[in-house]
Amino acid sequence: MESSNDIQLLPLMPRLINFHPRRSSALALSALPFLLLMLAYLFGSSLRLAENPDDKLLPALGNIFSTFRQYAFEEDARSGEVLLWLDTFASLKRIGIALGISSAIALSAGLCLGIIPALRATLGSFVTVISMIPPLAILPILFIALGLGEVSKITLIVIGISPVMIRDLSQRCMELPAEQLIKAQTLGANSWLLVVRVVLPQILPRLLGALRLSLSSAWLFLISAEAIASTEGLGYRIFLVRRYLAMDVILPYVLWITLLAFSMDWLLRIASRKVFPWAEV
Amino acid sequence: MAELTVRRLWKEYGSQVVLENLNLTVADHEFVTIVGASGCGKTTFLKMLLGIEQPSRGELLIDGKLLASEPDKERGIVFQRYSLFPHLSVLDNLLLGLELQGAPLLGKLFGVRRQQAISKASELLNAIGLYHARDKYPSQLSGGMQQRLSIAQSVICEPKILLLDEPFGALDPGITADMHELILKLWESRRMTIFMITHDVQESFKLGTRLLVFDKLRHDPQSPEAYGASITYDIPLRHSKPARSIAA
Ligand SMILES: Nc1ncnc2c1ncn2[C@@H]1O[C@H](COP(=O)(O)OP(=O)(O)OP(=O)(O)O)[C@@H](O)[C@H]1O
Ligand SMILES: [Mg+2]
Repeated sequence: MESSNDIQLLPLMPRLINFHPRRSSALALSALPFLLLMLAYLFGSSLRLAENPDDKLLPALGNIFSTFRQYAFEEDARSGEVLLWLDTFASLKRIGIALGISSAIALSAGLCLGIIPALRATLGSFVTVISMIPPLAILPILFIALGLGEVSKITLIVIGISPVMIRDLSQRCMELPAEQLIKAQTLGANSWLLVVRVVLPQILPRLLGALRLSLSSAWLFLISAEAIASTEGLGYRIFLVRRYLAMDVILPYVLWITLLAFSMDWLLRIASRKVFPWAEV
Repeated sequence: MAELTVRRLWKEYGSQVVLENLNLTVADHEFVTIVGASGCGKTTFLKMLLGIEQPSRGELLIDGKLLASEPDKERGIVFQRYSLFPHLSVLDNLLLGLELQGAPLLGKLFGVRRQQAISKASELLNAIGLYHARDKYPSQLSGGMQQRLSIAQSVICEPKILLLDEPFGALDPGITADMHELILKLWESRRMTIFMITHDVQESFKLGTRLLVFDKLRHDPQSPEAYGASITYDIPLRHSKPARSIAA
């Protein structure tokens, strides 16, 4: 008789997997974890500061704000630069160039591997193996070979993210239904036209998707490289002030980096929706 | 003009004989319908006509010349699914063939030539009843609309031979009648030769001027793969006027 009970209960209490919160409450729900984290911080911070007013680990909010204002709006006494913008500009330039280069590499290599069987036979497993190399392990090689300048940092990011992007894009090419490629040939396409009119336009939205997925790795490699050898940059700054346990600098910097990464992801998503409406329907 | 000759054609996959000893001559502007049991090699035959499978033995000739072993614009194809381009609107899907053939560098037409192509495509869009949907993407169309577009997409390139592999198999009966009318109209006006596979015997009689039945002549119960299918019946259907066949 259990089954009849089930049927009676269903309208009253949907299964958890079938319960969809409404739009307004979904918004409130998504804000909840942020609020909780904030509260936990305030609570912990005030506890520690009550015990020891010089505590550095969880500085008070006011303290963080004033340090942030100083970094964001006042010129540094030594360099005469506004540090936050100096760092932000340096880091964004590195990651921007690296993402651009990685996209170009991933697009061309992914396309070629995806649609030319002979090339896939030659290079397919090579790319797979390369993508398994932990990029940070070859960072010393990059520093030795390319010096400590911008090139080695950008190269690290490119090496770190492009193999996976190549694999993703070539996979997408291969997933295109064979019927489409055959049909295009019966409409008069040669290999080149097949690429520019059929394959490329269909994997471009996937490129944006692959970029979005690589963003977090790209930031990881950027900050690692900056931490080791740099004179400016968001990662450099964090690791520099770590020596003084300056949590009032580190915390807002981390938040700022998160915000930057989130905005890049968001922009890519919006761009994809605007430029490739067909991929959404 | 396209006369197709099939001469002592065999197709084997490994030790499995799929088709054995096919012989056939098909005149220009014939509407050939093909029926046969599932798995007997109808699609395989069509793939060889298309050039994506090669015969194991024998020859396929078009106007006395060997058929190109890659798909080309002489032979159009309509698959049961997946033959539209999801990133192109209905109009652009239809324009694609004209653009590929008219612009070898970019595969895109501009200016006056684009306008000419658009007016040609619009005419066909009207004929298939999709003019109102010209700005939609394929995924926004119903199955019947997609198939109509897919047929028009091939037809606009004026292939000598049009190959159809169960093009209406996934459509409901009401729509199928419209599709029959459409395909006969196009076949009549463009003077192509059509090969169409179907599971529906009635449909094969209604549309075709010639019916081919694929079946195995010999059967070995010990090793069912030893013998392939041939054309067991080749039935001329004596109506070439589409009007009569629709009325029937
Ligand atoms: N690429 C392939 N490799 C090996 N065997 C194949 C291949 N393609 C088809 N076959 C075999 O050839 C035979 C004929 O297949 P085909 O697709 O031509 O049948 P069909 O007549 O179109 O069937 P249906 O009516 O179900 O579509 C089948 O037994 C199939 O297993
Ligand atoms: Mg078949």
